[in-house]
Amino acid sequence: MSIQHAPAHDASVQHNTEPKKNYLNAEHSVASWLLTKDHKRIAVLYLISITFFFIIGGVAASLIRAELTSPHGHLFTNDGYNKLFSAHGIIMVFFFLVPSIPATIGNFIIPLMIGAKDLAFPRLNLLSWYLYSIGGLIALGAMISGGVDTGWTFYTPYSSVYSNGQVVATLIAVFIAGFSSIATGINFIVTIHKMRAPGLTWFRLPLFIWAHYATSVIIVLGTPVVAITLALVAVERVFPIGIFNPAQGGDPLLFQHMFWFYSHPAVYIMVLPSMGIISEVIANGSRKRIFGYELVAFSSLAIAGFGFLVWGHHMFVTGESVYLAMVFSLISFLVAVPSAIKVFNWTATIYKGNITLHAPMLYALGFIGLFTIGGLTGLFLASLSVDVHLNMTYFVVAHFHYVMVGGAIFGFMAGLHFWWPKITGRLYDELWAKIAAAIIFLGFNLTFFPQFVLGYLGMPRRYHYYPPEFQVWNVMSTAGSSILGVGYLIPAIYFGLSLFYGKKASPNPWNAVGLEWQTASPPPTENFEDIPIVTWEAYDYTTLPDVESDLDYPSLEGDGAIAGFHSGGSK
Amino acid sequence: MSLEAAHNTNIAVHEHEEHLAHQFMNRAQQDESYIVGMWSFLVTEILFFGALFLCYSIFRIQYPMAYQEGHEELSWQLGCLNTLILLTSSLTMVLAVHAAQVNKRILAAGWLVVTCFLAAGFLVVKLAFEWYPKYLHHLIPGVHFHWPHEGFSEVAPGKAELFFGLYFAMTGLHGIHVVIGIGIMGVLAIMLLLNHKSTQYYMPIELAGLYWHFVDIVWIFLFPLFYLIGKR
Repeated sequence: MSIQHAPAHDASVQHNTEPKKNYLNAEHSVASWLLTKDHKRIAVLYLISITFFFIIGGVAASLIRAELTSPHGHLFTNDGYNKLFSAHGIIMVFFFLVPSIPATIGNFIIPLMIGAKDLAFPRLNLLSWYLYSIGGLIALGAMISGGVDTGWTFYTPYSSVYSNGQVVATLIAVFIAGFSSIATGINFIVTIHKMRAPGLTWFRLPLFIWAHYATSVIIVLGTPVVAITLALVAVERVFPIGIFNPAQGGDPLLFQHMFWFYSHPAVYIMVLPSMGIISEVIANGSRKRIFGYELVAFSSLAIAGFGFLVWGHHMFVTGESVYLAMVFSLISFLVAVPSAIKVFNWTATIYKGNITLHAPMLYALGFIGLFTIGGLTGLFLASLSVDVHLNMTYFVVAHFHYVMVGGAIFGFMAGLHFWWPKITGRLYDELWAKIAAAIIFLGFNLTFFPQFVLGYLGMPRRYHYYPPEFQVWNVMSTAGSSILGVGYLIPAIYFGLSLFYGKKASPNPWNAVGLEWQTASPPPTENFEDIPIVTWEAYDYTTLPDVESDLDYPSLEGDGAIAGFHSGGSK
Repeated sequence: MSLEAAHNTNIAVHEHEEHLAHQFMNRAQQDESYIVGMWSFLVTEILFFGALFLCYSIFRIQYPMAYQEGHEELSWQLGCLNTLILLTSSLTMVLAVHAAQVNKRILAAGWLVVTCFLAAGFLVVKLAFEWYPKYLHHLIPGVHFHWPHEGFSEVAPGKAELFFGLYFAMTGLHGIHVVIGIGIMGVLAIMLLLNHKSTQYYMPIELAGLYWHFVDIVWIFLFPLFYLIGKR
């Protein structure tokens, strides 16, 4: 297992000589983007699309918070408010969070990380983006032409019989987006199984790959179930087949079982890729191999496995058997074990590490704290008796926002900053990135921590009237959401500026290990000039020479930071 | 360009280069990827149908009488005929895959066309001789649904509607898969006849075969569950 440290590689030497071909400048026509089969271009298409939907979902969130500053609901009608929070939930869950990391960063980085020229099925990858876009546009059209007031959970029989909104169109949109997700999942599973570079064994894989593998398994096993469930709701609106309608002998609780069979694991679809990013960033920011690599890898699979056995904890108060509820409660507690393994192992990695607080690392540290709060409050909700008090209150809202925003979005931001130089070939402004990370962290906590208190005090979710004594907490939350909004705006500005004015990035601006840093930034269309042969473990930072001097991260000039990394082994 | 890059690696890439997509290093990797991908897709299909089988099972336990009386409206003879047709189509599909493996292009196309006709025959029996009479007898869930045994049976119309809802949902979803199968096999047959580049390589036909056997297996479960519920 010899590890070679060559000072430079062909790919990086050429970097200085001429503006060479990369995936961005290989072709310029619109068709070369819209019909591309290059995973990197498709990832960029996805990045633009999910940003678009994130803005729409974010505007809906701001309007919700604006409405809730007053206990009397001045801005919207009751119906309008119902449609508003439904739109926020549907857009954010199905059109932002689920595809966010896998389809953008995962799509871009996985083939690079495993030394492949592309995903196994490039055309399927493009199809996935088109399905996502079609689904997204239908959902948007449905929301503009009347909207839905069912909430993102589409509970029957309200959604299947009584609601008057554009339920069928929205269900079709989610159904189509589900197949885009399945396409991505299958593509990743095959790619990770079959496309790894020679020598890249399973236990040499970066943890980002393990996390995406676990995510893909969840996508492949869960998404078809929610797809058929939502399709049945749509069919039931047209033909009274009655499966979910108690008036005909159908079972609304069955809908909840089938819906949460996917939608609980969907939380892990959102947060597992994020955890993969955190592992990469923590290893780089601490310049250490992730402590207990194998345990962190297996904990991803354990989360995926246990995640499928806990859906019943969403139904403790909706009438499921108390014995069933006890089992679901117990298994829900068990999910905390692999989650805690990850958190403790990241912390142990940082301990006595050579720590660099670059912007991705700030987001990663934020992730650890916020995910811990989100996870632990999940245990409150998984406790049968406590859940009776907290269910359907703002405590639940605060809990899942800590996991989805504090977990998934912080991970997404960490990954976006970490791989931005690789994706665009440009360095962003590190100072502003750190300021934005701090603002987002503060704004996030100010937005959602008061909601724990509100929920504990008994404010129900999904209502826009509330007793005046809750107003102070709601005003705090809204103030926080304004700060959070500003926090998201700043990255939009400096990322945008970096595209035109940013310094050119070297192949390896973070002095990181990992195959994706051995090719040029941005990578050429075929990813690697020579397919690398891997003879080393993941994250062997300790064997890198000259670590200290190269640690000034992106503020460095172009090729300043490429001093030590593995040569491709083909020489 | 991709071939150049592959050439530089230690892996020999000389055989069948013309059918090697750029992202793969060699044919073995490509073939295995397609097979793993297809099986992963079939897993999603199992869960897709599985949710419906779950609904079927739960309501069969809850409302055995509705299933009993509902199934008596179905013709087991036509179900048998359709089972026979689909099983035969599985055989012809296997023959098509075999012909493709041994490079008998026209023969493979021929067996695919036969498979298409059998699949179409299945749909004719299903739609013309089963679904259409049910429409005439007002057994489609909806405002026109009429349960003929109302009054002298212990099964409420709503529950009979539920049974037929499941029947149409499950056989309908299966029928959609049959239609997709006809499309895939038809296109492959045409491509074979035109000697298209993709079908000089037998893997697409192998994958279509896997899909078609899956569609058959779903029917193998649907047939007894709907048509062969025991007499009282």
